[in-house]
Amino acid sequence: MIARILATAVTEAHIARRNRWVLIAVALMVVFSLVLSAAGSAPTGALGADRLSVVVASLTSLSVYLVPLVALLMSFEAVAGEVERGTLPLLLTYPVARWEVLAGKLLAHTAILIVAIVAGYGVAAAITIAADPAAVSGLGALWRLTWTSVLLGATFIGIGYALSSLARRVSGAAGLAIGLWLGLVVLYDLGLLAAVVADDGGFFTTDVFPAALLANPADAFRLFNLTASQATAAASGVAGAAAAIPLWQSLLSILIWPLVSLVLAALAFRKVEP
Amino acid sequence: MTSTLTISHLTKAFGGVKALSDVSLAVEPGERVALLGHNGAGKSTLMKVILGLIAPDGGEITVCGAAPGKARSQVAYLPENAAFHSALTGLEQITYYMRLRGEPVSGAMELLDRVGLGHAAKRRIGTYSKGMRQRVGLAQALIGHPRLLVLDEPTSGLDPVSRRDFYELLDGLAADGASILLSSHALTEVEARTDRLLILSGGRMVAEGSLPELRREAALPVSMQITALNGYVTDIMSALPDAIRLNGGLHLSCTQEDKLATLARISAMQEKVADLEVIPPSLEDIYSHFSRRDGQ
Repeated sequence: MIARILATAVTEAHIARRNRWVLIAVALMVVFSLVLSAAGSAPTGALGADRLSVVVASLTSLSVYLVPLVALLMSFEAVAGEVERGTLPLLLTYPVARWEVLAGKLLAHTAILIVAIVAGYGVAAAITIAADPAAVSGLGALWRLTWTSVLLGATFIGIGYALSSLARRVSGAAGLAIGLWLGLVVLYDLGLLAAVVADDGGFFTTDVFPAALLANPADAFRLFNLTASQATAAASGVAGAAAAIPLWQSLLSILIWPLVSLVLAALAFRKVEP
Repeated sequence: MTSTLTISHLTKAFGGVKALSDVSLAVEPGERVALLGHNGAGKSTLMKVILGLIAPDGGEITVCGAAPGKARSQVAYLPENAAFHSALTGLEQITYYMRLRGEPVSGAMELLDRVGLGHAAKRRIGTYSKGMRQRVGLAQALIGHPRLLVLDEPTSGLDPVSRRDFYELLDGLAADGASILLSSHALTEVEARTDRLLILSGGRMVAEGSLPELRREAALPVSMQITALNGYVTDIMSALPDAIRLNGGLHLSCTQEDKLATLARISAMQEKVADLEVIPPSLEDIYSHFSRRDGQ
């Protein structure tokens, strides 16, 4: 079982390397982190926080957009591509379970994502600490951001596999992935914000809104990182309004989502008839 | 010894359209069986059911003593137009398949050499020709020691020399006790290289047996081409009222039973006949006879 999962992971890693996905993912994360750390190195005396914590707060806002995007870009083709190339029927006649195939792909794609995240955040941290050695005190926040980013990425990789299995065509899977990214990462917050404003402190704001934030893996990720580093004051309106949500709830959402998305992916893949 | 593959009364429909109806067959160890049928006759569907890729609607099927898909480590498959990821090299692809089968990957290079791909092992499959991709497909079907090989149009895209090599490989596998079920459009090569033929038409098994058996069952007429010596054409025609003039010679067809009697009558006129050619019904004729019988 382990040997078969590893075999699939190695093969997927070869493919990702040849298709330049590793390069693209790392370059995206590094370039955007550089831009942010350059922008974040402006004087921050008024906040009273160390420089790295400020950079982590900006990286959090960036990662909410970028990590799901990179994860979906790597995963949307996983099943639909095999169907379209005609490689799936042969693969499924091998003594390998479908979930083992997905697990192997997940292993490779997550490893690439970790490399990209570590490279991006590492560059940002190195620049910040080089400019102000006192910023080392923010390393805890950076570590928290790193592992939650990996979990967020794994969640969207799983969602990408599920969409890929449902679409069965690469073009359809790409469309679904972009739509889902826009919906969960961009429009979801806008919709909630509009609802909170219209509701004006009523039932929606007190009860539905916190649950709605926790239900979205991207929002839970942002919430957890900003609450944990007590940077909510400096953060966006949505997170500010949700400051009342306890830390353990957002942590739970972050931990549960990868499992949920992978179960969804496995179920969707099982329905694919070669 | 028990059969490697047994199918009885298999039925499969796609949205009300019957792809397979009441198909029964058995393949013994070491037997090479050819599956014939025109496009859409149900060959690929039958293979996919055997492989456990699609579930049948009815009937029983046993593959290497287990339900289809439960004995995957003993079954090898070569899909029609074998496709692989173009970014992988031939060696990486074969290594991957060997790992999935739990075979030592040290044999990967040797396997590629065996199908004549050793020189291209480290090139991407995207740069391969169709024939080379087909060889990668063949190589993966040889991994381990499969007891049943299911090959969908294995020789399409191969040149004549590669085809001969391919059938020699199959002969070796069959001699070791592997059962082979292959589909093909190239009737002449199937005729020489398999033990038994199955003809599918419209999802039904319309004929089954060795070529001589099928020839007898079809009872197709034998053709004779007689070349008369100068001036004797009319003499021969009056002796053989069924003969017709064709391209300067005489053409005659008769049933299998009448063949010897007719030959005797012709040889009785040997001073008038320059040449005689006897043409038995070809595999193509037999094939069209069976697959047309159901109004196809």
